[in-house]
Amino acid sequence: MVSFSPSEEQQMIINMVKEFSTDHLRRVYRECDESGIIPADVIDTAWEFGFISTSIPEEFQGLGEARSSLTGALIAEELAWGDLSIAMHILCPSLVAIPLVEMGTDEQKSKYLPGFCGDRFKAATAALIEPRFDFDPAALSTTARLNGGDYVLNGEKCYVPLAADADLLLVYASENDCTQGFLVEKAATGLEIMEREKNMGIKALATYELSLKDCRVPKGNRLGGEDGCDFGRILNYSRVALSAMAVGVARGAFEYARDYAKERSAFGEPIASRQTIAFMLAEMAIEIDATRLMTWEATWKLDRGEDATKEASLLKSYADEMVLTVTDRAVQILGGHGYIRDHPVELWLRNGRGFATFNGMAIV
Amino acid sequence: MIEFELTPEEEATIAAAHKEAEELLRPIARYYDEHEHESPKDFIEQQWAQQRSGGGGMLGLGVGAALRIEETCWGDAGLMLVAPGSGLGGAAILMTGTQEQQQRFLKRYSEGEPKWGGMAMTESGCGSDTSAIQTTAVLDGDEWVLNGEKIFITGGQRAMDESDGLVVVWATVDKTAGRAGMKSFVVEAGTPGARIEKVENKLGIRASDTATLILDNCRIPYENILGSPEVRKVDSGQTAGFKRAMATFDATRPIIAAMALGVGRAALDFIKEALEKEGIQIRYGAPRHKLTAIERDIMDMEAGYKAAHMLMLRAVWMMSQFQANSLEASMAKAKAGLVVTRITQKAVEMMGPLGYSRKYLLEKWMRDGKINDIFEGTGQINMLIVARRVLDYTRDQLK
Ligand SMILES: Cc1cc2nc3c(=O)[nH]c(=O)nc-3n(C[C@H](O)[C@H](O)[C@H](O)COP(=O)(O)OP(=O)(O)OC[C@H]3O[C@@H](n4cnc5c(N)ncnc54)[C@H](O)[C@@H]3O)c2cc1C
Ligand SMILES: Cc1cc2nc3c(=O)[nH]c(=O)nc-3n(C[C@H](O)[C@H](O)[C@H](O)COP(=O)(O)OP(=O)(O)OC[C@H]3O[C@@H](n4cnc5c(N)ncnc54)[C@H](O)[C@@H]3O)c2cc1C
Repeated sequence: MVSFSPSEEQQMIINMVKEFSTDHLRRVYRECDESGIIPADVIDTAWEFGFISTSIPEEFQGLGEARSSLTGALIAEELAWGDLSIAMHILCPSLVAIPLVEMGTDEQKSKYLPGFCGDRFKAATAALIEPRFDFDPAALSTTARLNGGDYVLNGEKCYVPLAADADLLLVYASENDCTQGFLVEKAATGLEIMEREKNMGIKALATYELSLKDCRVPKGNRLGGEDGCDFGRILNYSRVALSAMAVGVARGAFEYARDYAKERSAFGEPIASRQTIAFMLAEMAIEIDATRLMTWEATWKLDRGEDATKEASLLKSYADEMVLTVTDRAVQILGGHGYIRDHPVELWLRNGRGFATFNGMAIV
Repeated sequence: MIEFELTPEEEATIAAAHKEAEELLRPIARYYDEHEHESPKDFIEQQWAQQRSGGGGMLGLGVGAALRIEETCWGDAGLMLVAPGSGLGGAAILMTGTQEQQQRFLKRYSEGEPKWGGMAMTESGCGSDTSAIQTTAVLDGDEWVLNGEKIFITGGQRAMDESDGLVVVWATVDKTAGRAGMKSFVVEAGTPGARIEKVENKLGIRASDTATLILDNCRIPYENILGSPEVRKVDSGQTAGFKRAMATFDATRPIIAAMALGVGRAALDFIKEALEKEGIQIRYGAPRHKLTAIERDIMDMEAGYKAAHMLMLRAVWMMSQFQANSLEASMAKAKAGLVVTRITQKAVEMMGPLGYSRKYLLEKWMRDGKINDIFEGTGQINMLIVARRVLDYTRDQLK
């Protein structure tokens, strides 16, 4: 039966994360954007919620609750509403943990999953994006070849969040024209992590380029072992996660612009009393809601184990466009003030622009 | 629990409606587009028989009913509006009438010959600005005397001239009271002083009659007033009664959105089928820079459809849960009206000479779809409602 109301538990989670975002993320995000540093205590506090360990099975020291992309999307929206960079940092370990939980071999799980269940934030990351304008996750330039008992990886990656701190990286590479994941430990030879990237937005999130030159990983580190992984599914997890985050960012921008428009007077009345402004706000509200509902439907489908490639990819391109339009309108509604860094809308526009690029940088 | 699975009953309803749309509506759709004022008698009889055996009317309260209407409009939106039933008039009576009135006025829709119902708000001098209506109602003894001219009444002719139906007429009992003075009245077929004068020729939904109703000292019983007869002025110039009456739109707007989406999906399905015949597959999931322009267009259309569909479903679901849904209903209506207009217009363009030809129904869907951006509040009026709600503004603060 169709229903649009979150379960009691989900509503509790939403409220809790919203409160955390308000108290912590919204307090520091501008400073973080300017300095490029996220205070460790914010990340540690977030870690205590157990966003990652909750769905890791008990035998690997997790809480063993059923994993739900839908619940993950609810969390991602609230965190991204607080701040996108910090949200991506907090959820970054999922990039490895979720594929492991879903597709890892028993050995891979027992070797790596307990690491995500400790008391302190565990930096782990995935490397998917490559530095080229025609990047296609299904046709990667990075290659993996079996050589003796090892896989040999070659290629270049970019936008790898937290790469410098991570001691486990899930590197995606093309193996016989098929994208597969490889668990690469930090010490692996041939893996070089370059300087931190300087991006237009998500400036508080540390991202890196990395290069793989004949980087050798043991055969057993191919995600999923002999069977490999269902990369299409991982990509769908990423599409819904990023869409949920786009909704969060857009919602923040909408709320700010709405409140500003009611406060700001021009020509003797609040600018919100003009249809040009009011209709922009109405459209923003409609598009945000529509994208959220589409996200719910796609994650619901994923949670049922169904293929949601069509839903997730339609959603993702819709969300990319939506968040850009909404954040741009927010800047526009603030006029000249929107352009100034005293207000957050320019930050949200910079972050919003990135969604079309962020393939695989978050998953739920 | 957030949940999108339809019940088996809903699935069955949709499947049956789809079959009916394919087998009954599609084959006669072009004929009644080209023969504008002719009645599809067989279709009407069949629909009436179905209705009397328990099919819902225009005001379906649940998700299943809305999805059924979407399917029917996938078949043909003009014919959907010709299906007998209480229509918008029935919706108004259900939302604002007493139990006794509902019984008295709506009973006829489950017995005897086919009947229709209509709702008359619009006048030649005002459409969007409903507060400016000029039609008057004056109490004379135990009767109301109505005078005025109403235009664009969907199903007006069938309700008043071709059946023992009724039209719910909006009139003012006190011009100085503004919105508070506006009341709705049930005018039944055969009432002296009420006559249909004109039936419009239209761009689309031609099977549906759109009529002018003249009220010339039309006398109706006192009991035919819906809601409270009292005129109470409050600060904002509104009364609770008027608000409740306007709530009719909260119920009908999601349904209009469902109608719009049926037409939009017809166009989408048509074009996808045509592409498939040419061996063109839509590569969902491929990166955007690898897609052809056609694939991008189709995906944008599909995503727009999906977005509007989710908004529609939510508005309908809220209604079925008896939750206030006026914001969500207007969101759905505004988005769906826009989406159907864009999809159908784009589809005609994409199909080139095939799209523009009357050999196919595509050009008709473009003409049919457009009405959804106009009636039951234009796209702009619904945006205005959404904007007021999100800004928490009164109608004075945002005009
Ligand atoms: C980098 C920069 C450099 C600048 N340089 C100069 C300079 O050299 N000299 C100078 O004098 N100024 C300068 N400005 C100021 C700039 O011209 C103003 O910011 C601009 O005119 C908008 O005014 P505002 O910011 O007060 O926005 P507001 O007037 O508050 O407008 C806010 C929003 O409401 C909309 N709006 C306002 N009134 C209406 C209406 N009646 N109908 C519909 N919409 C309406 C606006 O379009 C805008 O979207 C500069 C601004 C920036 C950001
Ligand atoms: C086929 C058909 C069937 C219909 N069926 C019915 C029916 O059954 N019952 C009934 O009562 N009516 C019916 N109508 C009437 C319909 O509801 C009106 O046409 C509609 O509400 C718009 O009113 P209008 O045509 O007078 O346009 P106007 O109100 O004159 O509007 C003209 C334009 O101005 C815009 N506009 C108006 N006010 C504002 C504002 N404040 N801000 C921004 N833009 C504004 C409108 O959006 C529109 O684009 C029907 C119409 C048609 C065509």
